[in-house]
Amino acid sequence: MPEVSQQPRQPAELPPVGREVPLAGFRTLLYKEVLRFWKVAFQTVAAPVLNAVLFLLIFAHVLDRHVTGYGEVDYTAFLVPGLAMMSLLQNAFANSSSSLIQSKITGNIVFVLLPPLSYREFYSAYVIASVLRGLFVGAGVLLVSIPFVHLPLAHPLWILAFGVLGGAFLGSLGVIAGIQADKFDQLAAFQNFLIMPLTMLSGVFYSIHSLPPLWQDVSHANPFFYMIDGFRYGFFGQSDVSPWLSLAVVGFCFVALAVLTLAMLARGYKLRA
Amino acid sequence: MTLPAIRISGVTKRYGALQALGGVDLEIEQGEFFGLLGPNGAGKTTLISALAGLVRPDGGTLEVMGHDVVSDYRNARRRLGVVPQELVFDPFFSVREMLRIQSGYFGIRGNDDWIDEILANLDLTAKAHQNMRALSGGMKRRVLVAQALVHRPPVIVLDEPTAGVDVELRQGLWQFIRKLNRDGHTIVLTTHYLEEAETLCGRIAMLKGGRVVALDSTANLLQRFATHTLSVRVERPEIAASLGGVNGEAGWMEFAFESYHEVEPLLARLRETGAGLIEMRLGEPDLERVFVEVMHSA
Repeated sequence: MPEVSQQPRQPAELPPVGREVPLAGFRTLLYKEVLRFWKVAFQTVAAPVLNAVLFLLIFAHVLDRHVTGYGEVDYTAFLVPGLAMMSLLQNAFANSSSSLIQSKITGNIVFVLLPPLSYREFYSAYVIASVLRGLFVGAGVLLVSIPFVHLPLAHPLWILAFGVLGGAFLGSLGVIAGIQADKFDQLAAFQNFLIMPLTMLSGVFYSIHSLPPLWQDVSHANPFFYMIDGFRYGFFGQSDVSPWLSLAVVGFCFVALAVLTLAMLARGYKLRA
Repeated sequence: MTLPAIRISGVTKRYGALQALGGVDLEIEQGEFFGLLGPNGAGKTTLISALAGLVRPDGGTLEVMGHDVVSDYRNARRRLGVVPQELVFDPFFSVREMLRIQSGYFGIRGNDDWIDEILANLDLTAKAHQNMRALSGGMKRRVLVAQALVHRPPVIVLDEPTAGVDVELRQGLWQFIRKLNRDGHTIVLTTHYLEEAETLCGRIAMLKGGRVVALDSTANLLQRFATHTLSVRVERPEIAASLGGVNGEAGWMEFAFESYHEVEPLLARLRETGAGLIEMRLGEPDLERVFVEVMHSA
């Protein structure tokens, strides 16, 4: 072994490495989060698209003559945007929540906690990556549905607005769930007892006008209903409620959740003990 | 006067009923190779975590190169590289991808030359394109060291870096860390291998119960706390015992002494009293003995 250094050395000037790039931390975390799901796209994109197509084949066949959508709109056509949005929302949630809990359980969360990333950069990177995964899956469902159904595109910007805002809402919810859960089964409970019922009961498979008045009222308390309804408006130019009302509700929910999530991250809740 | 590499003032941290840090004050100069020692639960990892921003202290301040780790965390973290104790890795990426990503987190792009240098020094060049999952434990440990260095931080903290690492890797790792220290990096090391700390560290702090119970240069600690020993194997141990010897390992009797001048009179008395000397050996003071004494007296 070498000899002991008894005295501190006069520190040498350490030359900088590479070049400093503005917002490189945020951009790298976003890139890493996108790469993380893209590297396993078969599982994170292709599998949910297949699930949605199976729903489409079965539900369209079984319910086509029994369930009404919007007036003269064919039920299968009515169903496709709902399935696309449901998949988008579920996968946006899955992306941030699973990434965070995996990192927490394996311990590699330290790799993003040690660098000089702000909590806003942390939040933005996880949520934007979630939105992107959601959009990939949603677009995949729509593309695969082309042979089965003709879909009009009445207001594409509304489609994009609800897709992005809904994905961001679920991405934020995923950040909260990923931070809050300590074990995979806690995250599964979040997914099975909150996300799944709220998406399934949001009018994906039916127009809420076909429900009894009580259930219509209950549906109006579900923010997922406004995401699906607004998203569908973009295709058909028809919806159960005004798209502006849906936009206001979804926008408000997203902002409220973003403030809550940012407050948790700023405090270092469960991440910086 | 140069800024200290690390300045810790009155840092406290409590987890429920457990006082993990009870008011730690510590200054580490730039260019030092500093050892942070203590038994399990002494607060070493909590202190390092507070320095790295992984733990929020209840009170006190911590600075890295003059930058407060809470109010000026961006500058503090840019100047700090931490090798965590746990063997953690991201299974989605290769070694090079991981190092590029880690550089990006620190706001740096285009530092492949430096990454190549780190890989070469840690003998990882051949593994650069392998997925992290495919690496052995020792290799993963090297990657952790590489990740802490991608932004060339002036201060490097190694939390038990050689736990569970084979001798060859350990020696290679220390050679590299020594080189970094020579190049001007301040090194802070926690380890349970006291021999390593004794050989490498110029100054040592010992923690117990979240407090610093000893802080001095390694040489002073050895001088201040430790004594030399003369171990003898004799035909009549009861005589050696009557002269102040205590039972050591496997039939050996041990005499503690401060200076080598005391050895000759002791041997003379053993001869005069007919103890019957069979074998003898001298023991140098070592950090393990110092550590035990400090922990018992603290």
